[in-house]
Parts: sequence; C-alpha cells; structure tokens
Amino acid sequence: MDSVYFSEEHRMLGDQLRRFVDEEVRPNGESWEAAGRIPRAVLARMGELGFLGMRYPERYGGTALDTLASVVLAEELGRSGFGGFAITVLVHTDMASPHLARYGSPEQLERYLPQVIRGEAITAIGVTEPDAGSDVAALRTSAERSGNRGWVLNGAKTFITNGAQADLYFIAARTDPEAKGARGLSIFIVEKGAAGFTVARTLDKMGWRASDTAELVFEDCFVSSENLLGEESHGFYQIMDNFQNERTVMGAMAMGEAQRAIEITLDYVKTRKAFGGPLWDKQAIRNRLAMLAAKVEAGRQLVYHAAWLDAQGRDCVREVSMVKAYCGELVNEVMYACQQFHGGMGYMRESAIERMARDARIHSIGGGATEVMLEEVAKRLGH
Amino acid sequence: MKVLIPIKRVIDANVKVRVRGDGSGVETQNVKMAMNPFCEIAVEEAVRLKEAGLAEELIVISCGVTQCQETLRTGLAMGADRGILVETDAELEPLAVAKLLKAVVDKESPDLIILGKQSVDGDNNQTGQMLAALLGWPQGTFISKIEIKDSGSAITREVDGGLEMLEIKLPAVVTVDLRLNEPRYASLPNIMKAKKKPIETISPDALGVDVAPRVEILEVTEPPSRQAGIKVESVGELVDKLRNEAKVI
Repeated sequence: MDSVYFSEEHRMLGDQLRRFVDEEVRPNGESWEAAGRIPRAVLARMGELGFLGMRYPERYGGTALDTLASVVLAEELGRSGFGGFAITVLVHTDMASPHLARYGSPEQLERYLPQVIRGEAITAIGVTEPDAGSDVAALRTSAERSGNRGWVLNGAKTFITNGAQADLYFIAARTDPEAKGARGLSIFIVEKGAAGFTVARTLDKMGWRASDTAELVFEDCFVSSENLLGEESHGFYQIMDNFQNERTVMGAMAMGEAQRAIEITLDYVKTRKAFGGPLWDKQAIRNRLAMLAAKVEAGRQLVYHAAWLDAQGRDCVREVSMVKAYCGELVNEVMYACQQFHGGMGYMRESAIERMARDARIHSIGGGATEVMLEEVAKRLGH
Repeated sequence: MKVLIPIKRVIDANVKVRVRGDGSGVETQNVKMAMNPFCEIAVEEAVRLKEAGLAEELIVISCGVTQCQETLRTGLAMGADRGILVETDAELEPLAVAKLLKAVVDKESPDLIILGKQSVDGDNNQTGQMLAALLGWPQGTFISKIEIKDSGSAITREVDGGLEMLEIKLPAVVTVDLRLNEPRYASLPNIMKAKKKPIETISPDALGVDVAPRVEILEVTEPPSRQAGIKVESVGELVDKLRNEAKVI
C-alpha cells in the first residue's frame, strides 16, 4: 500500500480493513461459502465502521473520499481470499449504489442513501439479461408508461449479484421501444417485495459461493414515477458512466486475490519438502513466483494510476480497460501457478488455493470480458 | 481528569521479523509498521474512561521518527483529543523515553498515565516503571481492570499466582495487560475527524533531555531453528538421555 497515490487516511483505512478481514472474514469465510450468503450483521458492522459509504456525501453519513478509497477497499477485501465475500460488498459499494448516489434526486437520496451507507439496505444492479450481457444496447426488459403515475416492467434479469438478498434493485429497462440500441434505456429503483417482482432462482456457481447470484423476473411490475433513477432514456449512459469505477474496483480486487495467493503459496513451498529440501529451493519455482510477484506489482500500479486518473476527473477508459483485461487474466495466471505449486493439496477442497482458483475464473469474464476490454483498448491505441 | 497515553510505533505484529544482513539489528526498511498492540489497549481504556465521563482530555504521545505521526493519528482516530510527537531519529532506550515523558508530564500535569506494559519489538517492560520512579508517582503494572473513584482508584493486576487487587492514588502510572479490553476499530468517519485534531511536535533538546544510548548492541542474531525430535524406545532410554545428553536431571 505504499504508493505515491495514497495519503495517510488511505493507509489508515487499509489497516482497519486488514484487521477486519483478519478478525471477521477469514475465520468465518468457510461457513459463509457453505451457506451461500453473507450474514447481514457483517454488512451492518461494515456500515458502522464507515466502509460502505466512503464515496458519498457527509450529509448522508458518508466520508466523501475518491476512487482511490474504493481501490483500497477492493484490494483488502480481495486479500481476504474469499471472493464471494468481497464481491457481495463491492457490488453494493461500487457497482450498484453509485447509480443511486450519482443520479438520485434529492428525495431519492434522502430516502435511500443513509440506509445504504449503514448497510441496512443492500443494493444490486440489474442490467444483464439472458440474451444480453456485455452488449448492454441489446437489453429487452421493457418499461411501459402506466398513465402519469408510473411504469410497468416486464422481462428477466440474470447473473444478478446480491440478487436474492438485496433490498434495493436498480433495474435497466427499455422505456422507448422505438429507439435503437443504446438510446431508450432507463433505470428504475425497485424495492424488494414489489408486486410483480420475483427472484426466480438462485444460481449455482463455480466460485464466489458465498455470494448470492440470482435470476430476477418482472411480470407487470409497477414502479411509480418517483422511482425513475436519473433521466428517462439516459440509462445506457448512466450504466457506461459507472463502468470505469466498477472495472477499476474489479482490477484492485483481483490484485488483492493474487497477492494473497502468492503469500500462501510462499508459505507452502517454504515448508513443503520434496527430493531432500523445501520446494522453495527449486529455482523453477522461486523464479516463477518472483516473476508473478513482479507482474502483480505492475498490475497494482496500473490500477492505482487508473484510479488516480478517475479521481482527477480525467478520461481513463483506455487505462481502466487495460486494468480490467490485464488484471482479470493475470489473477488466473497467478492462481494456476499457485495451485500447481500446492501439488495434490491444491486440488483438495480443504485448501484455500482451490477455492481461490475457482473464485478467480470470473475475473476475465464478469464486469466486461477480456475480449470486450481489449477492443476498448484497441480502439484507443495510437493516439 | 486529564489522561496521557504514551504509544509506540513498532513493526506490525503480523510481519515476520528478520535480522539485518550485517547483524546490527532488525530489518525495518520497507516493513509494515503499526501501533504496539499493548498501546492500543491503553488508548482504548482511556477512550472508555472518557466515554464514561471520567476523563475530559486524552493526549496521545509518541517518541521517535516523523512517521510516528501516523501512529498518533491512529490514536486520535480511536478517540484521543490531541497528540504530541517528541521527534528524534535517535534509537531510544526505555530510560530515554521515560525521561522525555517525564519532561512532558511536568508541562502537561496529567492525572493518569496509561501505557502498554511493554512493546512487542524490544519486550523491555521498563518504560512505565521508570517513568513512575522519575515522577515519584505510584505505579500499577500489568493491570487487567481499573476503576476510577474519588477516594482512590482500584486496579486489578495480573500476577503469577493469580489476580492482585490494589488501591492506587492519583496521579499515577498504570501499565496495561492484554486482557484489559479489546481495542476498537478506527471507523472511517473517525479517521477523517482525526485529520483535524492537532499534533504538536517537540524535540528532545527543547525538553532538555539527553537521549544518548546507555547500552551498546554488539550483535543481533536469529534464534536457532528448531531441530527435529527423536523417538525413544523406553522410559529407561529417556531418563538416560535426559541425564547424560540434555543434562537436565
């Protein structure tokens, strides 16, 4: 965490997060994995400590910090080694609730943001559909006007993190069926339990087992006019706006996971003996771990730089897309090697590296697949 | 009541400590530092006294390099009101720290001084006792409980045979043991508030204290790594080895 980009409060925040991870997350992570969810008391405790409102105005209970604070949070939560826990929190803080904070009306902010910051209302963002993922412009869920009072939503969302246990959902839907592609999308605030809104099923995933991921169905779900979030037909741009933050945070989380993997693998190879000495004495192993550590350090610095650009209000799409592509692939390269160096033990469900390797796989897929990210980079090369 | 809490910046307790290549000491370059865990307990206890309405002002103080400000800032984020840094690059021995603290106590006149019983780097367990002696104040060491009363405060000490209950007159010096409390987290809003709390910096010279070391360190070495054990066939063999090889019986 020693970097030119961080100030004293970032470092103090990092220390407190690290302690929280040591005391509250690592001892309980296995049971959360088995239960498929994070106890609400843990999220409420994080709210109490100010970890869930770092970016939001002080008048709602936040601390008005910038993108670099999100990076500290994501890296430390990633370092827990429990991706399912980390993503539950980060979707709430950096992927879903920013939509409310950025585009909410004063009334909406007053009503929802304090509970979001306290961790009493957990948030989810509903964009992806069975037929549209990274291609946001292809969304089909519809919102039809119902007189002056509001809108009626119909459609389905899938792969929604915090989908089963959220209290507030920000749902993207097509409000203008005539408009092509990106135009004509809007975002709505839907509360848990709204008539016509059901959680169809919780999805069974390869990793992130402690995080609940669900399929949501809207059947004539009425949403009042006050719950339109932001401007009508501007949904696509609102979604795109937060992508930079979301992807930076995913990159930071991935680098936290990679550091943790290297750390536990170092411990393992220094104690595990084969052919008369610890594995650590084999240059094939130490060289590879050293190179991976160098790449992870490079990845972290790129994350910090992208976050700094974002915090400065500078255009950072190219750098953030690089972060997402590079870190998402790198964390998998690290997990593969670290699992390899654990030998047969690394294939056992009881070893942390087995879980971490499964958790890492999503990093090159979710929140912008590597291929999509590289296209974003390619478009911006040469100028 | 005014409470002074001396705190120390040490190598983070989670870091595996290494000896410097030249054997001159422990490697502190590029090593994560943190507040000594016993000092955290001292700060926590002081903050609880303030929350209970028994203390009005809490001052954290640290002696050492500029970066000790970060440690002070953590104390402020936990709830102390202001900080004092006695800034010096010198290697400070417990006696030097006790003298510096005494000079500050003479200026600040606190009613109670709460310290960690020792720091996890040197494990000296001397500063509190030396400070009490220099001040001529009563001392209560290794406490696991403190109750402030008008008549005289009650402390419970952890001693080899069990717990010892004593009364102590203020002003006094107490040093805290692990079981006194569980230190709180510094919440993010409190970290932000701590930025606005004042930290005063003074030099040992300004306090008129000579901090020159009295002890010369000749060499620091890693403890020997543990040898593999052996299995014995019989009690007779065990007794023989204990008597003739280990020479412990």
